[in-house]
Amino acid sequence: MHIETEVLIIGGGVTGTGVMRDLALRGINCCLIDRADLCSGASGGNHGLLHSGCRYVSNDLHSAMECRKESAILKTIVPQCIEDTGGLFVAVKGDDLLFAEKFPEYCETASILCESLTPRQARELEPLLSKDIIQAFRVPDATIDPFRLALLNVADAGRNSDSSYYPHTELLNFSLEKGTITTAVCRDNKTGKKTTIHAKQFINAGGAWAMEIACLAGCEDVSLLYSKGSLLISHDRLTNHVINRLRPPGDGDILVPGGTVSVLGTTSVRTDNLNDIRPTVPEIDKNVLEGAAMIPALATTRYIRAFSGVRPLLQSGGSGDDREATRGFALFDHEGQNISNFCTITGGKLTTYRLMAEKTADLVARRLNNSTPCRTHLNLLVDDESCRWTEPGASPKYWYQSNDPDNMILCECEMVPQSAIDEIISGAPGYEKEMTLEAIALRSRAGKGPCQGSFCGIRIASHLYDRDFYTDQTGLTHMRNFFDERFKGTRTITWGAQAAQMELAEAMHCGLLGLDMIDEPSGEK
Amino acid sequence: MVERTRNISTDLAVIGSGLAGFAASIFALNRNIRTTQVGDSGAVTYTTGYLDLLGYHFPEPMDLLDDPWRGLQQLKELHPSHPLSRISGNDIRDAFGQVTDFLNECGIHYSSPGGKNLQALTPAGTVKPTLCMPETMLPGVNAFHNKKSAVIVDFKGLKGFSGKQVVANLKNRWPGLTTCRIEFPDARPGELYPEPMARALETPYNREKLATRLIEAAGGCNYLGLPAILGIHKPDKVRRELERLTGLTIFEIPTMPPAVPGIRLREMFQQIFPQKGLTLIPQQKVKKLILHKTRATLELTDNLGPVMIETKCVLLATGRFLSGGLQAGFHGIRESLLDLPVAQPESRSNWYKKRYTDRNGHPINQAGIEVDSSFRPLDDQKKVFSKNLFAAGSLLAHQDWIRGRCGAGIALGTAFKAVEAAAQYLRK
Ligand SMILES: Cc1cc2nc3c(=O)[nH]c(=O)nc-3n(C[C@H](O)[C@H](O)[C@H](O)COP(=O)(O)OP(=O)(O)OC[C@H]3O[C@@H](n4cnc5c(N)ncnc54)[C@H](O)[C@@H]3O)c2cc1C
Repeated sequence: MHIETEVLIIGGGVTGTGVMRDLALRGINCCLIDRADLCSGASGGNHGLLHSGCRYVSNDLHSAMECRKESAILKTIVPQCIEDTGGLFVAVKGDDLLFAEKFPEYCETASILCESLTPRQARELEPLLSKDIIQAFRVPDATIDPFRLALLNVADAGRNSDSSYYPHTELLNFSLEKGTITTAVCRDNKTGKKTTIHAKQFINAGGAWAMEIACLAGCEDVSLLYSKGSLLISHDRLTNHVINRLRPPGDGDILVPGGTVSVLGTTSVRTDNLNDIRPTVPEIDKNVLEGAAMIPALATTRYIRAFSGVRPLLQSGGSGDDREATRGFALFDHEGQNISNFCTITGGKLTTYRLMAEKTADLVARRLNNSTPCRTHLNLLVDDESCRWTEPGASPKYWYQSNDPDNMILCECEMVPQSAIDEIISGAPGYEKEMTLEAIALRSRAGKGPCQGSFCGIRIASHLYDRDFYTDQTGLTHMRNFFDERFKGTRTITWGAQAAQMELAEAMHCGLLGLDMIDEPSGEK
Repeated sequence: MVERTRNISTDLAVIGSGLAGFAASIFALNRNIRTTQVGDSGAVTYTTGYLDLLGYHFPEPMDLLDDPWRGLQQLKELHPSHPLSRISGNDIRDAFGQVTDFLNECGIHYSSPGGKNLQALTPAGTVKPTLCMPETMLPGVNAFHNKKSAVIVDFKGLKGFSGKQVVANLKNRWPGLTTCRIEFPDARPGELYPEPMARALETPYNREKLATRLIEAAGGCNYLGLPAILGIHKPDKVRRELERLTGLTIFEIPTMPPAVPGIRLREMFQQIFPQKGLTLIPQQKVKKLILHKTRATLELTDNLGPVMIETKCVLLATGRFLSGGLQAGFHGIRESLLDLPVAQPESRSNWYKKRYTDRNGHPINQAGIEVDSSFRPLDDQKKVFSKNLFAAGSLLAHQDWIRGRCGAGIALGTAFKAVEAAAQYLRK
């Protein structure tokens, strides 16, 4: 396959999709690729906290202020992806009192609102807080759904400039001619076939993979270290606010509500390997034990899933912009590397993705002699039918509104009806002739409940056979791969009620359906 | 109201109402042992009705076993600690024979356990090895084996059972297979569930209406497959009637759990056991089990109030995590009633392999209770925990019934041995 476009963006995380939307609003046609799918990197492996900035007030004032400004912008342009929960910072017995004392001052310097609460007031707001709370502050933290955000960015770019997104398309190398990249050579990871993409400008939004991608273009100015973080999702939502431990950042010190669940994290472990990122039991245990100091219920609550993400840590040195590098994110124009049409954006946070995209799009638009200014801080991100299914707790509402008894619920935990699946396979960003069950799950709440897809994976596959979407063994292979993938998230948290869930799942998937015994279809060996 | 405690006195108390518990009660009845069975019916409603002896063994190569009896010989060499390796082929044959005879006598007809595994159909369109199955399902195996043209009928509103899926996955091996979707008689719009469908088919009116639709759906084929909905109490009669009305050979394919074949077994046992003189307290968990030297006390509460059972010996068939026999905790796995030592992986990090569908299964699946040659649980010194305590079923260590497709084999085989040992104990 060959693709012609003005700009190729590599990496379908929030940053890449943000750049795509930004450029599209300037009338520039882009192509976005990801080796796996949207949010398969850090954007799908994070806490979902829309930082007020308070977390950074003590050690990185610049980032703190950036978060303050950006979170305020996002609350106006993508309210549908945000829950304005508010946040608490709490110190427990034994925590550094000096830090707690200085906290309001720090916040004031960063111009972030911070209200002091008595431990009793804090416990009235959040009854599950430990009795050992000694200090508490209320801050304007919120939560954000990165999946819906990425989907909406891509859908919007499609509408505005006919830009398109290609999943499972991995950049392998670049063809260069006299200091200019002419073509990106990619592989379709599903079929193994080659795709060449010709463009005027190339953007590396590869997150933790940005160094590898820059090297493919011969650029040696991006220097990253990797820090892996693991998190857990509880079966129930334990608090209404985001709860932060009032101390310098450490393990298991943030609990973020997300719709009907809560997310506890994170750990931080150096890693060299970017390709097999999954939680381990010691990381999970660390989170649980630390988290329980703030919220004792975290020691006994039921968890349904764990996951990991990798933070790229920018190293100073090299010819990159050090001043930017130390402040969270960095944009490399690579001009010192003798390449004229390539840039790299990496680091930063989910909270600052829009700003990162703006800076990148400014550079690329200038290079293309396009003088249209950025509009992503002004134009609301409009909703799109096919992107609405990732919102926790919303599926039942849509199902109820449709009022069609024949529209059967396929995922009973999250109440995802068959019409949602139909809508996704025929119109969600990145839809294609043969979407995998993982791709469908990424675009909906299917498989996100306590059974983690063990029932709905079967029902959705049957439904897709009914729709003639599958006509051979492919559906079984997709089912098997889906369950294998979901397992990465469940294998470290299978104590308590989840052990029974897992036994039932294995009895169905392996004992009855024999998915452990199906042959690898040719081509995927 | 002050609730009076009911006292029951018995010789053998079977705890657990899974396949192992029910089988144990059958064996005890056949030996005229005064028996009381208590327990949640747990995993029984999850069964497909297939009675698997041994379908695979591991480590690789894991060939599908055509001859499970020869497979048992190999298992003995490869895995001497596997519960099935500790039972003679004759005893296993006897166990399957007694259970299927009992089921036949009670009106749920089973194919007789033979020398070879049968190729049983699944709702995904895959095939699994099993030793015997309800007769309502048997013609499907024959039609598949002989490549007869057949039609799989599914129903509008019954999700998770797709005729198209079955055909798509079997068409290469079964060329004459087609499918047809129909509406269930008098069904309202929306979702249908197998259990009420099965109950509806116990009345002639619904059968007649369905038969007309089935004839149309068959379109000239002689074999017709349906999801397992052919009645709860008299499945063989429902099938015979439908065959008479349509002139077709009809068979069932199990649906996803919880499914009708398991409900049939549960309801049948609940009806038959009391008639045969066995005391059955279904759907209740034993709260406390106290072992004394020569007797034991069980405490529980049912709808009518507290119950106290005095027994001479106890057979634990409480199953694994799903049924509650084992509990997986943050710090390890424990046995629920007596805190018996559990053979288990060293730490939670070792519970699972990396890949979910790993053909060799996961270490946690091999965790369980260790027993002596009389199926008596061992204490942490590897000595008999108590002379009057026996254990059977999936609770036992060193087996992976899911990967081995040997769930019924372990349940029936070990229950047979445990009851035999209990009988010996009681005679003394
Ligand atoms: C554990 C953890 C918790 C976090 N919590 C928060 C939080 O609460 N709030 C917050 O604001 N921020 C948080 N962050 C930071 C935030 O997640 C990231 O800053 C953000 O998601 C980065 O997005 P990105 O698009 O730059 O990178 P990514 O999301 O990593 O995207 C990079 C993409 O590039 C693709 N790719 C790589 N190589 C290739 C190739 N050769 N060809 C094609 N595609 C390729 C990858 O598949 C990937 O999808 C957290 C990060 C971590 C790790």
